Amino acid sequence: MSCSSNSPNSGGCGGGGCGSGSGGHEHGMDRRSFLRTSSVAVAGVAALAASLAPLRDLTDVGTAEQFFQKHYKKLTPEDMEKVLARITREVEKQYEVRPHVRDYKAMDGVEFVYALNLTRCIGCRKCVHACVAENNQSRNPEIQYIRVLKMPHGSMDPEKGDHNYTSELVPEKGSFYMPVQCQQCVNPPCVKVCPVKATWQESDGITVIDYDWCIGCRYCEAACPYFARRFNFTKPSIPKDQINPNMSYLGNRPRPQGVVEKCHFCIQRTRAGKYPACMEVCPTGARKFGNILDPDSEVSHILKTKRVFIQLKEEVGTSPRFFYYFDV
Amino acid sequence: MIKAAKNYLTFLARCGRIAFVGDWRYYAWMGALTLVCLVGLNAYAKQLVHGLITTGMTDQVSWGVYIANFTFMVGVAAAAAMLVIPVYIYDNEELHDLVIFGELLAVAAIIMCLLFVTVDLGRPDRFWHMIPGVGEFNFPGSMLSWDVVVLNGYLLLNVHICGYLLYCRYQNRTPSKWFYIPFVFIAIGWAISIHTVTAFLYVGLGGRHFWNSAIVGPRFIASAFTAGPALIILALQVIRKVTEYRITDKALLTLRSIVQVSMIINVFLLANEVFKEFYSKTAHVASAEYLYFGLHGFSGLVGWIWTAVAFNLIAMVILILPVSRSLKWLDVACVLAIVGIWIEKGMGLVIPGFIPTPLGEIVEYTPSWNETLVCLGIWAFGLLCYTIFLRMAIPILQGKLSKSSETQSVPDTTPAPITSQV
Repeated sequence: MSCSSNSPNSGGCGGGGCGSGSGGHEHGMDRRSFLRTSSVAVAGVAALAASLAPLRDLTDVGTAEQFFQKHYKKLTPEDMEKVLARITREVEKQYEVRPHVRDYKAMDGVEFVYALNLTRCIGCRKCVHACVAENNQSRNPEIQYIRVLKMPHGSMDPEKGDHNYTSELVPEKGSFYMPVQCQQCVNPPCVKVCPVKATWQESDGITVIDYDWCIGCRYCEAACPYFARRFNFTKPSIPKDQINPNMSYLGNRPRPQGVVEKCHFCIQRTRAGKYPACMEVCPTGARKFGNILDPDSEVSHILKTKRVFIQLKEEVGTSPRFFYYFDV
Repeated sequence: MIKAAKNYLTFLARCGRIAFVGDWRYYAWMGALTLVCLVGLNAYAKQLVHGLITTGMTDQVSWGVYIANFTFMVGVAAAAAMLVIPVYIYDNEELHDLVIFGELLAVAAIIMCLLFVTVDLGRPDRFWHMIPGVGEFNFPGSMLSWDVVVLNGYLLLNVHICGYLLYCRYQNRTPSKWFYIPFVFIAIGWAISIHTVTAFLYVGLGGRHFWNSAIVGPRFIASAFTAGPALIILALQVIRKVTEYRITDKALLTLRSIVQVSMIINVFLLANEVFKEFYSKTAHVASAEYLYFGLHGFSGLVGWIWTAVAFNLIAMVILILPVSRSLKWLDVACVLAIVGIWIEKGMGLVIPGFIPTPLGEIVEYTPSWNETLVCLGIWAFGLLCYTIFLRMAIPILQGKLSKSSETQSVPDTTPAPITSQV
């Protein structure tokens, strides 16, 4: 112990509390110990500053407006107007494109359903790339919402699929192809586990994410039985000339670093009466999309007339709104 | 009232001061820990700037060593109850004073847990979204919200119990039973809950067969009640060595019997799990197969898990044999148990849950260098906290730091600012 004299009116590390397990004494502060204490303090602050040095590279520190932004469901229409204006400004600054950002709402009497004809899918992956272009996904690192599995004949078990097939020509004999994306479950496990309600199911059946509310814990990624969710491990990068300027708040606006995203049935298209990009690009017509509440829609017809249709991993109780079927 | 507050502030200030005083070994130890903390902070600063891409995690394996360490530390925190139960339920006097050391360990462990969760967040700036009332707290739906509640509750309970008992000892008065005994019993139940809820984080995911098993909760409790007291056995011996605080061999051997029984249960439950997976060989065996034997040529965890199994078995045998009544062998068993369980819970439980993915893809995971440094930083910070807590608690328990020693320098009645009072 370095403690020696005792002067009751001094500060520093001394004081009556010096008594310790190894037997301390009272300790006052003379000039030498003051110098020592202060040089230790200066060295400490310098070491702290040095260890925090990488923070100088922090380019976009969010504004107070961003920091205090409320949850999507608590935003008034005026709040939303301001938020959309802010997003417009940010996109313009970063990508030099003037976007058209809207908050598309779910329509009454609509519940979207997807049907995919496995007899027709040839595994060309055009849907994967159309989706990336439409939804402003990061190109580096690459984020894709759709995974096409090359399956051996006879099995629907995705664990038997090949994710990384690089065939020159598709389809190959002995295989069929099964694209998997967000299944827009009726009982979505991802929504249940989110600790901050940053993801929820809308009345038209689409499970959405508020990218400005997500804390990036990735519990939803762990919960999803379909590997549908993607995390922005770093700041997404999209070439300026490839930005899709038609954007929606809950859909394809550029995402910040550190949040989760996923397929939202192209909310910016489907809530405006258009088909999703993956369906429009499909060269074989394997993809069908529509309103299940409308008895005359194509998807209603398919679900009524096809003898077998499949919900992936039925045993986990998620009840997908995404149906696979065959031409039989 | 004002006087009481001032007395309390004086107490806190004196406790704070004493943390900066010690012999050269103390300074060397604290200096080394501070250095590792700063290295970890530096690594975390890099992660804040560039994102979690600085870790080894991917969309396929979306949780890594952060969450693995978190899970392990929740167990260590829960194990404080294993010191409390013998004292308050079975009136074991031998462990009476040691309860404080266990609870202080729990406090340090919970602080580490909270840090491990925080560094795992993609958007730590939005942590306030989780504060009930201010943010949107998904309670009771999300198990993670439950975890936030139980961990913070447990932290408060333990801070209250230790703080109250130490303050009473400082003032040299008998603690009022109503002020802490009810909390002690709540804390015992709560200790079980923190680890059960943490197990439910995993168990609740129907799409992850490896975790979706009812035995995970009991396994967590058994392994925690092995590793936690094992850690306390080692900590107590260090305390005994570097301070004059008297800890009897008998106390250590009482803890030995706790570790012994828990380890046997732990290994038994593990055997149950292994049997269920490999005898029935359903399609859901893939993760366990990857873990123990490798799958389709990928075998990143095989070395880890067999090390853990070997360590656990050797530790169990040593603990069962009478040789572990000698402290040397007991220490060996404790170290093996801690390392074995750390692997089993981390690399052995969290990672294989993600491999293969629900779509059958196999992407392996290795923690990055930066990620490892962040973990080391948090471990060092936890040890730093625990050392400081002990540095404050031991002189108080020994009566060396007390209200009477306060009046030696300045009469208690003098209304002077705290800085000049001490």
